[in-house]
Amino acid sequence: MSSISKYFSDLFTGISSLWAGMRVTGKYFFSPGQIVTEQYPENRATLKMEPRFKGEIIMPHDENNQHNCTGCGICEMNCPNGSIEIITDRVANPEGKLERVIDKHIYHLSMCTFCGLCVKTCPSNALAFGQKFEHAVFDRHKLTKVLNQPGSSLKKEAKK
Amino acid sequence: MSEEIIKDVIVREDEDYIVNLGPQHPSTHGVLRFEVCLKGETIKYVIPHIGYIHRGIEKMCESITYPQIIHLTDRMDYLSAHMNNEAVCLCVEEALQVEVPERVKYIRTILDELNRLASHQLWWAAFGMDLGALTSFFYGLRDREHILDIFEESFGSRLLHSFNTPGGLMHDVHPNFQNRIKEFIKYFRKKLPEYDQLLTGNVIFQARAKGIGYMNRETAIAYGITGPTGRGSNFACDVRKIAPYSAYDKVEFKEILLDGGDTFARYQVRMAEMWESLKIIEQLVDNIPEGDFTAKMKPIIKLPVGEYFKRVETARGELAVYIVSDGNKTPYRIKFRSPNFSNLFVMNDLVTGHKIADLIAISGSLDLVIPDIDR
Amino acid sequence: MSSKLYDFSTLTGSIHAGLSNMMSPGWVVFSEMILIGVIFLLSFALIGLYLVYLERKVCAIIQNRVGPNRVGKWGLMQTLADFIKLIMKEMIPIRKADHLLFNLAPFIVITSTIMAMAALPLAKGLQAIDFNIGVFYIMAVSSIGVIGILLAGWSSNSKYSLIGAMRSGAQIVSYELSVGLSLLAIVVFSGTMSLSGIIESQVDGWWIFKGHIPAFISFIIFLIASTAEINRGPFDLAEAESELTAGFHTEYSGIKFAFFYLAEYMNMFIVAALGATVFLGGWMPFHVGTWEGFNQIMDFIPPMVWFFSKTLFIILIIMWFKWTFPRLRIDQLLTLEWKYLLPISLFNIVLIAFIVLMHWHF
Repeated sequence: MSSISKYFSDLFTGISSLWAGMRVTGKYFFSPGQIVTEQYPENRATLKMEPRFKGEIIMPHDENNQHNCTGCGICEMNCPNGSIEIITDRVANPEGKLERVIDKHIYHLSMCTFCGLCVKTCPSNALAFGQKFEHAVFDRHKLTKVLNQPGSSLKKEAKK
Repeated sequence: MSEEIIKDVIVREDEDYIVNLGPQHPSTHGVLRFEVCLKGETIKYVIPHIGYIHRGIEKMCESITYPQIIHLTDRMDYLSAHMNNEAVCLCVEEALQVEVPERVKYIRTILDELNRLASHQLWWAAFGMDLGALTSFFYGLRDREHILDIFEESFGSRLLHSFNTPGGLMHDVHPNFQNRIKEFIKYFRKKLPEYDQLLTGNVIFQARAKGIGYMNRETAIAYGITGPTGRGSNFACDVRKIAPYSAYDKVEFKEILLDGGDTFARYQVRMAEMWESLKIIEQLVDNIPEGDFTAKMKPIIKLPVGEYFKRVETARGELAVYIVSDGNKTPYRIKFRSPNFSNLFVMNDLVTGHKIADLIAISGSLDLVIPDIDR
Repeated sequence: MSSKLYDFSTLTGSIHAGLSNMMSPGWVVFSEMILIGVIFLLSFALIGLYLVYLERKVCAIIQNRVGPNRVGKWGLMQTLADFIKLIMKEMIPIRKADHLLFNLAPFIVITSTIMAMAALPLAKGLQAIDFNIGVFYIMAVSSIGVIGILLAGWSSNSKYSLIGAMRSGAQIVSYELSVGLSLLAIVVFSGTMSLSGIIESQVDGWWIFKGHIPAFISFIIFLIASTAEINRGPFDLAEAESELTAGFHTEYSGIKFAFFYLAEYMNMFIVAALGATVFLGGWMPFHVGTWEGFNQIMDFIPPMVWFFSKTLFIILIIMWFKWTFPRLRIDQLLTLEWKYLLPISLFNIVLIAFIVLMHWHF
């Protein structure tokens, strides 16, 4: 007799548990307002990334095409996997002495792991994280970028 | 005692009907190969093959400095990335006997628990999907997006943060951090009962999970199973209680121990842990002390000669870091004791005698992340 | 009954008369057969395609996402695009497979589906085959589909397909019992097996209301058993993606796979239409006993609209099942049938026979 009552109680608890699950999905079926999908790429105009988003490394230039990079090479030493190559040049400054300036700050986006050590350890705050995230290209060599723009120069106040 | 429990090498016979749950399979959550020997529908033995994603992390760490190791540890168990980072940082800080500010400890603990929540949400999503309840995948991930947005606001990346550094944090959290967390807690407390309605109480799910993959306490201890998997077999292995670190000695939380030992018990442990994580975050989020976000460290970190050990509780079990240093700025040898490696190899004991469909359920309940096994 | 307004037998009669004027009786039959065949094939394709789209949209809304919305307005052309892609795919021939059976299997499945579809009454007078054993005919003909599945698994010459086909075969054969018994419940109530007869007997209310509790239990059993019949929902272990492979249709690619896929959705349509006809009144509007005024209002809505909306209702319930529940293992599936559904159905039939004798139904 107890097995018969167990049979029926199993049946009824089973059906009520199934109905509880169906209520959850049924509730979402009738609330299309809960849809969380973002219609990318149609919403590119209004898409705002977080300010600290780690998209890629950039070297901010101000309106006079000047940056803060002195070519010290600390970022290159701190990068764990060699995504940064610094090529420096010796140029004569106005007093006639030869000093080191940055020629090319090569950044391999293809190898970067976005650990942030270069941004953190740069003594002149020359590097920052950009917010661009659409990096897909057809040619791998386009992922090797030179961060200092052509014709740019060092901002003089950085040398303290 | 372990020798009686852990069987010897499995012998393959000629007439065995072997089927490969190959490295590419939607349910193995990573690249893992299960060599399954079937007899009809029942499984005779299972041999896991690992190594498909071995990247040599421990060897790579021998040639880079301590702050540079952090970004590699992210990529071991990527669902508990913060705990992995914290393990190495704590080990180095203990070796140098550096006292981190209170603010750092509180923030690290809050991020630990958020990460644990996110990991369990993803586990629930994938577990439901493996068993056939495809909607649970989307509900779990939808709620996880809120946590990932909190991470993105403070660190800039959603999954692999590399936010810790020996001595503290890389930079301070966003000013909006506390408010967003409080909103999230309110939101998630309403959604978590829906998870129970959808899966936990469901009679089909219980029939698929109860009595499947029974593991008793002696087996768990013999294999070194930690984390929610071990706690489902009544093995009290929570490192947060045994050897508290960061701010864990300042919060009150329960260690969830169940003695069912089967898939359903492991499931319930993780669901209860989600509630406990919410409680821990609530206790801490309003009381973060002001202060510095890092201690003063030398620019080049060199550990004194010796051996250092530290363990933390990731979402899957006990991760331990063992550093052997010979005084240089790079470690001589670093060894990670990964929880998933130990958890995987109990698979043969659990699965023998069950059916193929149960293999999927059991491996889902063990909650393996394969890159942690292979490192 | 004011559905004389919507009686299709006048339309079909006039088409028949027009054709008889043009050609000899043999040719009339032949051309009518061709006409009906073309209509059915077109509706098979269209309904199949749009059911796939409906499923994707329903599943998307339940999962808080949007579903297809790029190909055509609201994604309506999505299935057409998928179909074109499938047609363009290579049909990979298997060397050691039995080629005749391998190519025959999809056609058997489709044939049985269309034969079952022909007996469904869409409106008064709009039924291709009107037997007096309609229910029995549909059950028999949909069983032919099992042969197609078993042939597909066997001729693929692959152990995964064979396991999947055997599981599917066992599942379908077991659940046919429950489907048959639940349909038999309404046959006992209405006293006739012909589908048009069953619908006519629902003129004063649908059987699910008139037959109160036993008819409701039969309806629930019918829903569960027919979901298992069509290899769907929580009973799709044989073709689940997270199991070993895709079951009996693993080795099929291109247009043959499209046949299996479409046939699965058309089976869902047939089973839903059958449930709507037998339990919910088919094309009969919602009448309540003798409330003449209410019945007249309900009669204004065309019967085809009633038929399709009831079918859609049952299809939505079947989709609701699939997207909520985890899968059952094969032994749990068979336990459900043999230990729960079958005894309850048998007891239900005895109860219904008693109720009909004592006239305790409406």
